[in-house]
Amino acid sequence: MNGDEMVTVYIMGKRHRVPANLTIMKAMEYAGYQLRRGAGCRGGFCGACSTIYRMRGSFRLQVALACQKMVEDGMIITQLPFIPSEKKRYNLEKLRPDPGVFLEYFPEIARCLSCNTCTKACPQDLMVMDYVQAALRGDIKTAAELSFDCLSCGLCAVRCPAEIVPYHIGQLARRLYSRYIVGPSHQVQNRVMEIEKGIYDEEIRRLKSLDINMLREIYSRRG
Amino acid sequence: MMNSKNVLDSVPEEIEMALGVSRQSYRYGAESIVFKARVEELSGQNINLCYQCGACSSGCPLSKEMDLLPSKVIRLVQLGREDPLYSRTIWICSTCFECEVRCPRGIDIASVMEALRQIMLRRKYSEVRLESIDPEKLRGLPQIALISNLRKLMA
Amino acid sequence: MSLRLAYYPGCTLKTNARNYEASAIASSKALGIELVELPRWNCCGTVHALAKDDVMHYIAPVRNLIRVEQLKNSGLVDDGRLVTLCEMCYNTLKRADVTVKEDQERRRKLREVMEEEPPYSGGGVEVIHLLQLIREVGWERVKKRLVRPLRGLRVAPYYGCLLLRPRGIGIDDANNPTIFERLIESLGAEVVEIPFKAKCCGSYQTVHMGHVASELSYRILRQAVEGGADVITLACPLCEYNLGERQGEIRGLFPDLKYIPVLYFTQLMALAFGLEDSVGLEMNNPDPRPLLRRKGFP
Repeated sequence: MNGDEMVTVYIMGKRHRVPANLTIMKAMEYAGYQLRRGAGCRGGFCGACSTIYRMRGSFRLQVALACQKMVEDGMIITQLPFIPSEKKRYNLEKLRPDPGVFLEYFPEIARCLSCNTCTKACPQDLMVMDYVQAALRGDIKTAAELSFDCLSCGLCAVRCPAEIVPYHIGQLARRLYSRYIVGPSHQVQNRVMEIEKGIYDEEIRRLKSLDINMLREIYSRRG
Repeated sequence: MMNSKNVLDSVPEEIEMALGVSRQSYRYGAESIVFKARVEELSGQNINLCYQCGACSSGCPLSKEMDLLPSKVIRLVQLGREDPLYSRTIWICSTCFECEVRCPRGIDIASVMEALRQIMLRRKYSEVRLESIDPEKLRGLPQIALISNLRKLMA
Repeated sequence: MSLRLAYYPGCTLKTNARNYEASAIASSKALGIELVELPRWNCCGTVHALAKDDVMHYIAPVRNLIRVEQLKNSGLVDDGRLVTLCEMCYNTLKRADVTVKEDQERRRKLREVMEEEPPYSGGGVEVIHLLQLIREVGWERVKKRLVRPLRGLRVAPYYGCLLLRPRGIGIDDANNPTIFERLIESLGAEVVEIPFKAKCCGSYQTVHMGHVASELSYRILRQAVEGGADVITLACPLCEYNLGERQGEIRGLFPDLKYIPVLYFTQLMALAFGLEDSVGLEMNNPDPRPLLRRKGFP
């Protein structure tokens, strides 16, 4: 793609000409928007930049992470900087990891229509409907595995006609799975022990004393 | 007929306000024909077939809990009266189809009840609130109980 | 060579009713039927949506029917039948199939909203209940398979609603069903008839109107006790919850009621076929084991 090519996009209804080699996020900044919300890691991991758009000439409502998706000519865009949902409070140590746990905290999953809209709305291409269904039948392992790459961007929750918040379900499943089914990771436990013994103290002290350029060099040489 | 009038009188005022209905809303004009046609359309049943034998009411295992007997619901719909929409009956009905197999006129009364519920649910009225059910009860429920309950009773 | 058939568990068979599933799979196998769990099944979305313009609530059952056709095409099952256990799943899936077949308009709309799936025209799958299948296999085969006939056990069958109604969907005569009775007799047990064997137990009202379900369930339970039944048998996990799991609560309202164990029909089969490992009696509430031991069953 030629770096000079420009495309027309519509950001919240306003027409802009932006370079074609930008992501939606950079195109919005190019157009003059200052992103105080709806931007995070800029690397496709944090799930903060949920975006919905339509292409001119198509009825389809499409989804993207603004930091990952390149602009295209005719995009009609808005960001969803926040998805309203209630964060259920539970103490992981006191949860009972039996099938009823999902109905206790998220009884609305019983409203799932199996319409698959959530799956179509996932920018990570996860099988969202399948993991909600797994949770409904109390299958913690499947729900955890199918939702593993979820970023909690929330787009599934906006699209769900049953008003379910799938990413909260997946998160509960993964927490239960790692706490009660897989159990603690020995590698992590060993490393924590090493840290507590002070094995890395000297190394940390050395790094702290280095200037920024040295740190940069070490970082770029890392294995 | 006297009883059915009382039913509408017993509608709590806040529900009446929320739904935009009036307890004076007995109609015998164009709207009543529209209402009856709507119920027939949603249920797929010919309401006029009913000749008020009462077999549905006598067989209904839940009629004791109802403020309008099933046969009365049918009669009121025949007359185009919307009272059943504001009755307890349509929410008490558990869709067991006892009436359906008993009706000598072949009316699927359970589907008529569903049509009436649907009219209310589509006006955003919910009979059940998840927030008011004990979480401990929820975790012990068989899924089918909650799935079917919410499907029938929640907008 | 056993008959391989697609099997739809449904959500509750994986949680509260695991004993139903385990005993059904084991006793089917004893009768020469291999139940092959449907891949990627989803909740059937019970109960069947009755409004004639409803399309949304058909997506879930139809998606399952599509999975059956896919399984059939893969050759992993012997025909297009789908075996169900839960009465509510049976009813919902069966009626969805009939509706899709008969209602051209809804069929068209479903294809539009389920564009990611192959189209389903209805009729390609035959939804059946395990009881139907056993009837077809024959009571004689059941009798031949008996290891420990249930002699001396008095069993009250409870059909519930959705196995028998509405018209055209029920697996037996809605007014005079006999399929359960024939099974109980074939297992060597004695049938106790109760007048309310097909009266509603309160169904989903149990969620928010427990007292209503309690009263309906109480009438059924009391008839069974007064009729001299040792146990009640049934085919629906929601009926089991209302009549069995909630019995303690019901006794709180009606202290005259005596405890009576409630078993899935497949548990009786597994018991009679000598498949102790698959009966799963420890999940039943009230606990049927003391009574069964008294009657000479392990």
